[in-house]
Amino acid sequence: MRRMKWGNVYLIFVFIILYTPIFYLLFYSFNSGGTMHHFKGFTLEWYREVFHDTRLLLIVLNTLIVALFSSLISTVFGVIGALAIYYVKSWRVKQALLTLNNVLIVSPDVIIGASFLILFTLAGIQLGFVSVLLSHIAFSVPIVVLMVLPKLQEMSPTWVDAARDLGANEWHILTRVVLPFITPGIFAGFFMALTYSLDDFAVTFFVTGNGFSTLSVEIYSRARQGISLSINALSTLLFLLTVVLVAGYYWISRKGSRLYGMWKK
Amino acid sequence: MKSSVRNVYLFPYILWIALCVVAPIALIVYDSFFDIEGHWTLENYEKFFTPIYLKMALSSFWYAFLITIFSLIIAYPTAYLLTKTKHKQLWLLMIILPTWVNLLLKVYAFLGIFGMFGLANAILETVGIGTKQILFTDFSFVFVSVYIFIPFMVLPIFNALEEMNPSLVDAARDLGASGWTTFRRVVFPLTLDGVKAGCQAVFIPALSLFMITRLIAGNRVITLGTAIEEHFLVTQDWGMGATIAVFLIMIMALVVIVTGNRR
Repeated sequence: MRRMKWGNVYLIFVFIILYTPIFYLLFYSFNSGGTMHHFKGFTLEWYREVFHDTRLLLIVLNTLIVALFSSLISTVFGVIGALAIYYVKSWRVKQALLTLNNVLIVSPDVIIGASFLILFTLAGIQLGFVSVLLSHIAFSVPIVVLMVLPKLQEMSPTWVDAARDLGANEWHILTRVVLPFITPGIFAGFFMALTYSLDDFAVTFFVTGNGFSTLSVEIYSRARQGISLSINALSTLLFLLTVVLVAGYYWISRKGSRLYGMWKK
Repeated sequence: MKSSVRNVYLFPYILWIALCVVAPIALIVYDSFFDIEGHWTLENYEKFFTPIYLKMALSSFWYAFLITIFSLIIAYPTAYLLTKTKHKQLWLLMIILPTWVNLLLKVYAFLGIFGMFGLANAILETVGIGTKQILFTDFSFVFVSVYIFIPFMVLPIFNALEEMNPSLVDAARDLGASGWTTFRRVVFPLTLDGVKAGCQAVFIPALSLFMITRLIAGNRVITLGTAIEEHFLVTQDWGMGATIAVFLIMIMALVVIVTGNRR
């Protein structure tokens, strides 16, 4: 019993450490003093600044567009990749494909960024929106593959055989049997790719040119110049958005499982 | 007929592998043989084996090691205690939530916390130690890195603990093992795969962090990642940058092999 108490103290301590920086940012976003120490007075000035900063808003928009497009395209490629690995018969080839698939997941961002910089320069692709989008697609594909593949392996092969016996062609088997079954994996992969893309800094930093910027890159360059409370205001807005998204996701997945449970009954 | 349909999937995927995995790595290796003027040379490799670069590689290794160890020390009890809580999935979500806050923002927050008049110094002042220069030191670099990586260490260990059959612990206790012996002989070995996965998820990125070294450590700490960024984006010496990248890839492969679980 006493042991458990100490355990709780430890856990609370870890949670305090994890959340202090985040709440520190939020708290000082209301500081009229202009620094991240000595709270002078409450103000919404920094929020006004964020909403009047058209350049920053444009960058937020860029970040969202890149994230949405790259995760959509990489989801398509990832599903194709998972199907490819699933259908390969030779164990050796399957392992080789999986290993190559995982290279981009374990590689440090710096390596991915530097190698893509070389690749794009060689291919004559101008650095900017296109290069950022392509690199985000490239590093999201293996993530989607890893989210979809387990779902495929869960699927009983007899379903496919049954469908074929009943006269379904390959296209029907794919769209009516396989895809509906792996839909949860596809969604998980899509959201994972979205998160990775929104959060990426290092890869983007390498392949972005002078004209194009995403939020992470912008925060980096602003933070290098020192503290500016409009970053705090921006982070508060982003944090609220994250919490809403997480809560929504949690709610949907619980509701989804309940609906699924009802359907199963 | 069937196999041709399957090749339809294989073709675009192999194309992706060739363009996005094989070609970039091949290009890194290729570029490492050129000097800054574009002449074919082995000079970069010679340069890497001079004391300056070897020392940098070694210190990068050392910092990554420290970061991994500290993350493990903090994350293992956390993961263990989490499995004992009532709403463990919810608490786990709370551990993961900070990773959804942009990494740069969290690093930026520490500029304020560790600053001369920030929270950390305010605490030190009240405890009686007095104001210290925390920002731009090795300590701040390791602390912030560990902070960033804790969730990535907790998650695999938590999963490993959850997969473990609890009756094995009961059996050990019934056979007279003390709490510590049970942990050392039963729990830890059974969760070793999770620990390995966590170490892999921390060690490799820790070798290549460059934004934290730039923002928090004030360029005092130079990791392999910082050096690569410097060579590619600042001095434009792509050959040397690529050479360091080649070594980083080799270290990475080594880590994956060592921590990889063969089944």
